[in-house]
Amino acid sequence: MARTLMSGNEAVARGAWEAGVAIGVGYPGTPSTEVLENLVKYDGVRCEWAPNEKVAAEVAGGVSLGGARTLVTMKHVGLNVAADVLYTQSYTGVTGGLVYLVADDPGMHSSQNEQDTRNHAVGSRVPLLEPSDSQEALEFVKRAFELSERFDVPVIVRMTTRVSHGKGLVEQGERHEVPVRAYERDVRKNVMMPGNARLRQGHVNAREVDLMTYGAAAEENRIEYRDTSLGVITSGIAYQYVREGLPEASTLKLGLTVPFPESLILEFVSKVERVVVIEELDPYLSLRVRALGIELVEHGLPRSGELSPRLIAEAFGGDELPVRDEVQGLPPRPPLLCPGCPHRGLFYSLGKVRAVVTGDIGCYTLGSLAPLSGMDSCVCMGASIGMAHGVDLAGSVNRPIVAVIGDSTFAHSGITGLLHMAYAGSTGTVVILDNRTTAMTGHQGNPVNGVFIDGSAAPELDLEVLSRAVGAASVRTVDPHELDATLAVLREETAAEHLSVIISKAPCALLIKEERDPYAVDEELCTKCGACIRLGCPAISRDESGRAVIDTVTCVGCGQCVQVCRFDAIVRVGPSCDFGGGR
Amino acid sequence: MSITTVVLAGVGGQGTILAGDVLAKVAVAEGHDVKLSEVHGMAQRGGSVETFVRFGERVYSPVVDRGVADHLIAFEVTEAARTLRYLRPGGTLVVNRRVMASLPVLIGDVPAPDGLENALSSEGAIFLDAEALACEAGSPRSANIVLMGAASYALPFNTATWERVIGERVPPKTVEANLRAFHLGRDACAEGACAL
Repeated sequence: MARTLMSGNEAVARGAWEAGVAIGVGYPGTPSTEVLENLVKYDGVRCEWAPNEKVAAEVAGGVSLGGARTLVTMKHVGLNVAADVLYTQSYTGVTGGLVYLVADDPGMHSSQNEQDTRNHAVGSRVPLLEPSDSQEALEFVKRAFELSERFDVPVIVRMTTRVSHGKGLVEQGERHEVPVRAYERDVRKNVMMPGNARLRQGHVNAREVDLMTYGAAAEENRIEYRDTSLGVITSGIAYQYVREGLPEASTLKLGLTVPFPESLILEFVSKVERVVVIEELDPYLSLRVRALGIELVEHGLPRSGELSPRLIAEAFGGDELPVRDEVQGLPPRPPLLCPGCPHRGLFYSLGKVRAVVTGDIGCYTLGSLAPLSGMDSCVCMGASIGMAHGVDLAGSVNRPIVAVIGDSTFAHSGITGLLHMAYAGSTGTVVILDNRTTAMTGHQGNPVNGVFIDGSAAPELDLEVLSRAVGAASVRTVDPHELDATLAVLREETAAEHLSVIISKAPCALLIKEERDPYAVDEELCTKCGACIRLGCPAISRDESGRAVIDTVTCVGCGQCVQVCRFDAIVRVGPSCDFGGGR
Repeated sequence: MSITTVVLAGVGGQGTILAGDVLAKVAVAEGHDVKLSEVHGMAQRGGSVETFVRFGERVYSPVVDRGVADHLIAFEVTEAARTLRYLRPGGTLVVNRRVMASLPVLIGDVPAPDGLENALSSEGAIFLDAEALACEAGSPRSANIVLMGAASYALPFNTATWERVIGERVPPKTVEANLRAFHLGRDACAEGACAL
């Protein structure tokens, strides 16, 4: 069969479908998001975005209890939210196969930390598979479903950014229909109160031994003998780097890394002269290899971030490639809020309130960068609200304290925080940035925007009603593109002695399909005052004389800059191609 | 074991991901093993973006190191300079003559870099005005395909394969404009300095 170019995430979806998965459920998070977005395209599978990873894992647990196969997807930090579910699902085990697809982000391309999911597999005592390319992603997901049912256990498939978003050729198979198992009530297995949980612990202990036996002979773990003067123990994407960086070295490529495959390690080590472990993120393998009394070659590779073939080759004295000199003095280019982003209007207005702003996870975290500089903290999904209350409790701040949280993040873990503020009698202010989508991860539906994963209409959460029901005394909706009106509401609500929710509601700029003509600066009228520059819009810069200039290719015509210009120097012009494509 | 490595560098939103996908599919269609790597998510929001495409008989790493790339296709001048480290001596350097100031430059925190075009020229850069050619093709958004047309001149693939893959990959309404964009980019190279 012809092989197809697929990303690791596409291959996971294909593998789950081939494995007869009935239900896919998850919460979007880079680099895991495309798994469910692709799985939903297959016939015979129902997919759902849950409001958070815990709910997703619970839904998946229910599907498994009901006897069907299910895939639950999330990024690494999402498993922290779902960990409460996983650690006890490990005790109950499964009825229908239950697979967690968890994607780590070495190098933190799009994450707030760099945690290693293998630690959660060890902690919850469930097996973990690590594919190293798209083909293995497909095969390992299918294997994960088999292992889940055979050993009565949830199984984690751990991806990393380069496996999830890397593409490679994949040989696809056919779907294997798996009948839903008949429901049987089994209280001892499924009701985890202490007496039953103690019984199930025996299952967990025995299962771990069985899985170690399985792992010793599993085809997911593979020894490749080449030159035996150096043996490399490796897993995941690091295997690809080792094959390119140290092509002559023998390798023990581990696909099933939890439970730790002790006997294979001992076999491999006995046949090579020197041993080294090369893995990304935590020293999971190397600590355990050392614990067996094995001496490892020190390689000096970085403890965090991503590896590469060359880093590995050079760590072992490989030939230096000739390189060009780096160009010095280049300005950094951090990501930024898009042209026309409604969050820009909100942060611009919020800046004038001089508030302490506790922030949250989403595109709007970029509002923390200069010149908007609109955020004092960002930790995890939902943290803005609890932290705003906490800063207030500390008593050291005599300025307004404002929590800023996106619509999807609010649905994920903001509601309970707001409930607590109301319960505790807070007079703080919470701004919900409702841009009608889960923007950062690529515009997924969520309970607030009323779009289901397949694009169909779903009930839309009424944020105003919800906020009042939870206990906010004042709930107001503003259009953040209207800068003066937004500022007026922010001033009133931060000054008021009651709990306020402000819903800053305008669609993400990338959702707006109609082309609006860009603006340009009238050179005669521009006084070089810099007011428009302070919006931090990527379309606006200064020319050599200090006058504002608008790049007509980048400008999407949102009109925020028109409102801040006191000299009417910003005027709408025609399509960008009339100006030679932006110049 | 001969592998060809192409790096596409630009600013999030310029269409490097689609361009990389087109290139990878062309390489697959012509019988190569292919690996592609890119990053999604926060990095895409107007930040520096890099897409790696590698093809040959057997490709292991999707990630590219310094001094490895045979071709660097830069969608923006500053990003060309930033990613020049990937290009091996003697590699092909195609640069879109567009300059997009990053936020720290826009707001005056750091000065705009000086003399980049000269520096890139001395490294053998071939410059194109992709946006102008894209407008000529009928769609200002086809600048990424203009650049792939330019890159195609130095890559070992048939024009018919490029045309077929572009036709399958871009939105149906924009196929004609993108095919024109591809040829305008390719012709610009054929008539200009691309002939190395």
